[in-house]
Amino acid sequence: MAGNSESVGRTLLVALLVCLVCAVVVSTAAVSLRPVQQKNQVLDRQVNILQAAGLYQPGMDVQQAFDTIERKFVDLETGEYVDKPESYDPLKAAKDPAESERLSADQDIASIKRQENVSEVYLARDDDGNLSRIILPVRGYGLWSTLYGFLALEADAETVSGLGFYQHGETPGLGGEVDNPAWKGLWPGKKLHDDSGDVAIQVVKGTVDSGAAGAEHKVDGLAGATLTSKGVNNLVRFWVGEDGFGPYLDRMKAANDGAGSAAVEADNGGEA
Amino acid sequence: MAEKTKDILFGPIFDNNPIALQILGICSALAVTSNLNTTLTMCIALTAVTAFSNFFVSCIRNQIPGSIRMIVQMTIIASLVIVVDQFLRAYAYSISKQLSVFVGLIITNCIVMGRVEAFAMKNPPIPSFLDGVGNGLGYSVILLGLGFTRELLGSGSLFGYQILERTVDGGWYNTNGLMLLPPSAFFLIGLFIWAIRAWKPEQVEEDVFKMKPHTRTSDAF
Repeated sequence: MAGNSESVGRTLLVALLVCLVCAVVVSTAAVSLRPVQQKNQVLDRQVNILQAAGLYQPGMDVQQAFDTIERKFVDLETGEYVDKPESYDPLKAAKDPAESERLSADQDIASIKRQENVSEVYLARDDDGNLSRIILPVRGYGLWSTLYGFLALEADAETVSGLGFYQHGETPGLGGEVDNPAWKGLWPGKKLHDDSGDVAIQVVKGTVDSGAAGAEHKVDGLAGATLTSKGVNNLVRFWVGEDGFGPYLDRMKAANDGAGSAAVEADNGGEA
Repeated sequence: MAEKTKDILFGPIFDNNPIALQILGICSALAVTSNLNTTLTMCIALTAVTAFSNFFVSCIRNQIPGSIRMIVQMTIIASLVIVVDQFLRAYAYSISKQLSVFVGLIITNCIVMGRVEAFAMKNPPIPSFLDGVGNGLGYSVILLGLGFTRELLGSGSLFGYQILERTVDGGWYNTNGLMLLPPSAFFLIGLFIWAIRAWKPEQVEEDVFKMKPHTRTSDAF
């Protein structure tokens, strides 16, 4: 028996059979579980978007809440809405030379290297159908890792209503405190631009004196996480700035100034 | 026979613990124990993989040619790990995201390979299966101990439920940041090994070599 199982033919046969059986088992598991996994991924993303927008409560029906949120695609250079298939993924596009641009060192304060030409925004509406939140995907490098998250703005495209990260690898207890609800609670109400229209929002070292000038643009840094705070500062400033969603936010503001949210509606309708 | 079964199943928990005595599987013990949710998931995943890989390898142990023994074992282990990983992604998505690469790394966990090679290749399927479960339990005992200590002292919570009120939330407990970092698990494993060996002195190893007494300066010349 032992001598028999050592022959070359036998060795090949056993190897072949083991591979065959294992391959069938693995592919069956992968294929049959894929729909559930994809549903999880979508759900996970939706929960993150809702959390950034401050609309999430534990135990809520995410799918239903998401029905009031509209996904749109934005050309980052012009700030105009463009058409893309539903499966379009800005993060994948950022890796494709045909759909993205390399950022020069002085542009790339968020250290993302390549930026997609077309990104996405999520528009949340209240019960009356008025625009209530504009949610922008943001990302940038912290200390150890790229932080991926969403920045939510009020309908005025100027006031922050929330910031949340759904993926990062910062140090637990230090940079990882970007997930701390107390720190995230500092963001709502902050203004992106100063009176002259420059990007003014920033994360400062230490605590912000609420009486001081410009306090409405400043957020406390995380104690013991200088580089993560700096990374968050850079990535927020990058994505709301000229190279990020700046042109889009300008358009939204112009539409608001024009004729209130009705103009935004018409504008959306015209280009969608 | 009943006595032997009990031995196979419960022996690895304290008498022949894979982490504390054999010092295997340390990598994941450091990486996934910063909170109990991930720890428990990892324990279940590893126990399942060890038990089933032991079982399947034992089933075909007489058919496996010696020359490709290891690679056949690896193929079976790797397939099981992928299946477990796919299941976690489907049914425990947020935890599988936190565990990230460490589920995949069960493949390289020395406990799995060690048990397959040392036990399953020489024993029938049922005892092999029990041996896998037993070693998974031994691994789990240490990991859950680590996870308990690290989450309680590092975040003041257990399974995500706040037990000690943290100063950042206005409470009294100042969290120990070191506990959330992997090195703390290393110190804790050391303490566990010390405790187990103080309780069961027969586990203390013989010195491999004896140090000579200090050489006096006058002897050096």
